[in-house]
Amino acid sequence: MRNPTRSLQSNIQKIPLFFIIAVFFLLYLTTPSANGDRSSPDTILPDERPVPAEPVYGDAFVVGQIGDARTLVPILASDSPSSYIVALVFNGLLKYDKNVELIGDLAESWTIEDDGLSIVFFLRRNVKWHDGHPFTAKDVEFTYKSIIDPNVPTPYSGDFKMIKTLAVIDDYTVKITYKEPFAPGLTSWGMPIMPKHILEGQDLLTTDFARNPIGTGPYKFKRWKTGERIDLVSNHEYFRHRPYIDRYIYRVIPDTATMFLELKTGGIDEMGLTPLQFTRQTDTAFFKKRFQKFKYPSFGYTFLAYNLKDEKFMDKNVRQALNYAVDKNEIIDGVLLGQGRVCTGQFVPESWAFNKDVKPWPYDPKKAKVMLKESGWQDTDRDGWLDKNGKIFEFTILTNQGNETRRQTAEIMQRRLRDIGVKVNIRILEWSVFLNEFVNKKRFEAIILGWGLGREPDCFDIFHSSKTKEGEFNFISYSNSEIDRLLIEGRRTFDREKRKEIYNRIHEILYTDQPYMFLYIPDSLVAVDSRFQGIEVSPIGIGYNFIDWWVPKARQRYRY
Amino acid sequence: MLKYILKRLLHMIPILLGITLISFAVIHLAPGKPTDLMLQLNPKVDFEAREKLNRIYGFDKPLYVQYLNWMKKLSRLDFGKSFIDNRPVIEKIRERLPITIFINVLAMTTIFLLSIPIGIKSAVRRGSVFDKTTTVFVFLGFAAPSFWLGLLLMSFFGVRLGILPVSGIASLDFENFSTLGKIADVSKHLILPVAVASIGGLAGVSRYMRQSMLNVISQDYIKTARAKGLPEKTVIYKHALRNALLPIITILGLSIPGLISGSVILETIFSIPGMGRLMVESVFTRDYNVIMAGLVISALLTLIGNLIADIAYVHADPRIRYKR
Repeated sequence: MRNPTRSLQSNIQKIPLFFIIAVFFLLYLTTPSANGDRSSPDTILPDERPVPAEPVYGDAFVVGQIGDARTLVPILASDSPSSYIVALVFNGLLKYDKNVELIGDLAESWTIEDDGLSIVFFLRRNVKWHDGHPFTAKDVEFTYKSIIDPNVPTPYSGDFKMIKTLAVIDDYTVKITYKEPFAPGLTSWGMPIMPKHILEGQDLLTTDFARNPIGTGPYKFKRWKTGERIDLVSNHEYFRHRPYIDRYIYRVIPDTATMFLELKTGGIDEMGLTPLQFTRQTDTAFFKKRFQKFKYPSFGYTFLAYNLKDEKFMDKNVRQALNYAVDKNEIIDGVLLGQGRVCTGQFVPESWAFNKDVKPWPYDPKKAKVMLKESGWQDTDRDGWLDKNGKIFEFTILTNQGNETRRQTAEIMQRRLRDIGVKVNIRILEWSVFLNEFVNKKRFEAIILGWGLGREPDCFDIFHSSKTKEGEFNFISYSNSEIDRLLIEGRRTFDREKRKEIYNRIHEILYTDQPYMFLYIPDSLVAVDSRFQGIEVSPIGIGYNFIDWWVPKARQRYRY
Repeated sequence: MLKYILKRLLHMIPILLGITLISFAVIHLAPGKPTDLMLQLNPKVDFEAREKLNRIYGFDKPLYVQYLNWMKKLSRLDFGKSFIDNRPVIEKIRERLPITIFINVLAMTTIFLLSIPIGIKSAVRRGSVFDKTTTVFVFLGFAAPSFWLGLLLMSFFGVRLGILPVSGIASLDFENFSTLGKIADVSKHLILPVAVASIGGLAGVSRYMRQSMLNVISQDYIKTARAKGLPEKTVIYKHALRNALLPIITILGLSIPGLISGSVILETIFSIPGMGRLMVESVFTRDYNVIMAGLVISALLTLIGNLIADIAYVHADPRIRYKR
């Protein structure tokens, strides 16, 4: 076959472009990045230019998040993106201040009456809904009735079912009476209040309120482009004061690598960073000039939970030995690159329930071996694994897919436990399968999971022996009569000092008992564009005073 | 002809029914329910609340009852509601579909516009430098994972050169632009996604084109044409091309369902709110109604795509005829 020699001019004109792109690529791969140079350790502050101290209005705040909201009906919003928007558009009766203390939000004050059986809320009188309608006690009553309505699939009904009656005394006074004294009930009134005059008579599942909400909060809902962005505008009549930032734009960016590029180009103003991004990838002069980085403890912890119905783990001595055999600091350094702290129990150090006297046990594999020997586990056949009655000490750690830190944690534990002769297998499962087939049905030996905690220390659902049915949260089948008693007492006591004693005791018992191997409390790592002023880090993070954030006129990026 | 099409359409009904049955069974075989993720691992969500949700959504009923209920609705062309946000499924799909179709049509046009000439040229000048280099580059593009390519392009054109937006489909202050500005803005946002979507498909189509062209030009009638002294251009474009395009029609027909399903990776990387993302999110959250609607629509399109390809054959190739 012969090759025609005449060229086909018209068809090859598009080819060179392709080559050019390819060549650019190769060049790009081989040259160092302009902003990738490491800066010297002496840092450049986020913004060295003097700024006027007086806050001004204007600009927009663009936040990047991986998921879109689902519904903006507050009592149905259970996923974090929805809750995120709801928190800006609505208010509860109470909220937490920066020192993790409850303060009034829509309620001006409250009193506890009848030995803790009743709470009376005195509401603010100057609050208006975004449509101008006044906010009254009727709205509180309506919200309560919606939550306990059996036809409303709200996940929040638990705490509200403890209520016997809710009485509207006048337009600005509500009296709530519980069936028995219920201290965690107070926190549950952080639940966002919904407008009765709009939602009454509507089906909360199908209402268009879900995509067009009206609240009392600092930001008003403007627009929602599904899967893309949600726009909020500042509420000039907000009862505290008009927020300085005029717009709040929530952008959905499902890929974290893309989000990081968007942050660098100014497409978003805030994002949560991974430990790797925080410690290595943002350590450049460029980044330090353009962004302020924040680090604060998260309200949550990661743990290894044992199935206490499993013969191996029934023995408290064995659980304690394993706690000595795993070096938590090694996990924090290796997995979180140092961005976290050792966990000693159900409560984080920022919580008033935290017991300072509970110190983490040291890493002591020798002691672990001795303790395991006391429980009858030793290497009788010299194959390197401990055994008892002819069976080697072997178990499988299950955890969910898509969480790299949990997988890596499992791997480090596997290695440390191998050192003392305990064989660990790791199995990673898709979340839904993991939860339904293994956790809920208690078909596991040990699992790695994390709890996100509220500010309220009540952990009845996690550790009380009555909460072990399928799908309930005491999936490890933990049963300790003293803990049971203390959990109930903690719920019935309103006095802070007395409650503190109770939860300190719970903290101590749980750490000695080791139903979980408490591992670490990861830090929340956030980068915010340096043009925002007035950000203050507190134990509850940075977002609590968002209405006080502002941007100097000269640095405002968006104008409206 | 009309009778043939009607017959084919009728044949689709049992096939579609079978597809829905199997899909429904497979989806429900996967452990988990839509209510799981709705509640996550939130200690404040008690067990009763979860039971309540399952009852409200009907997950406590036997599977065949759930299927029959679903079919009943479908017969009225009602795909039901999403369990995640209670919005009608059809509304969710309508919201996501246009951008996915738009990007895929652009990508497919680019693919065919580039790969057909590449294929022809490689075949005609088989073994030449052009043939070899395009082969290498086309396969490099094919082998490069699209998320990697996407991120690299973003980081290069978006962050380093700063000439193209990193992700999304419109700028934040899009409303303030003039109509022309809006078009320019969207076009700018689409360049990278369309480029990434096209590069992957280039290899396949251009290889098919090359192979089919090679087959054709070794045929006797091409020799005859050349022997007659026809100019090479006429031989290739008039005599050879028409026959060589036949397999490409098949590929085109097969690509139609892809228009709808979209690309998960592409849409995720570029933050494009399209169908691919909707489907994957629905699978992870076990949003049965959305998954089923997506499957039914793409099954239907696959069948229609096949039918269109078959009809197109007849027009392109006189040797193919309908048979009873």
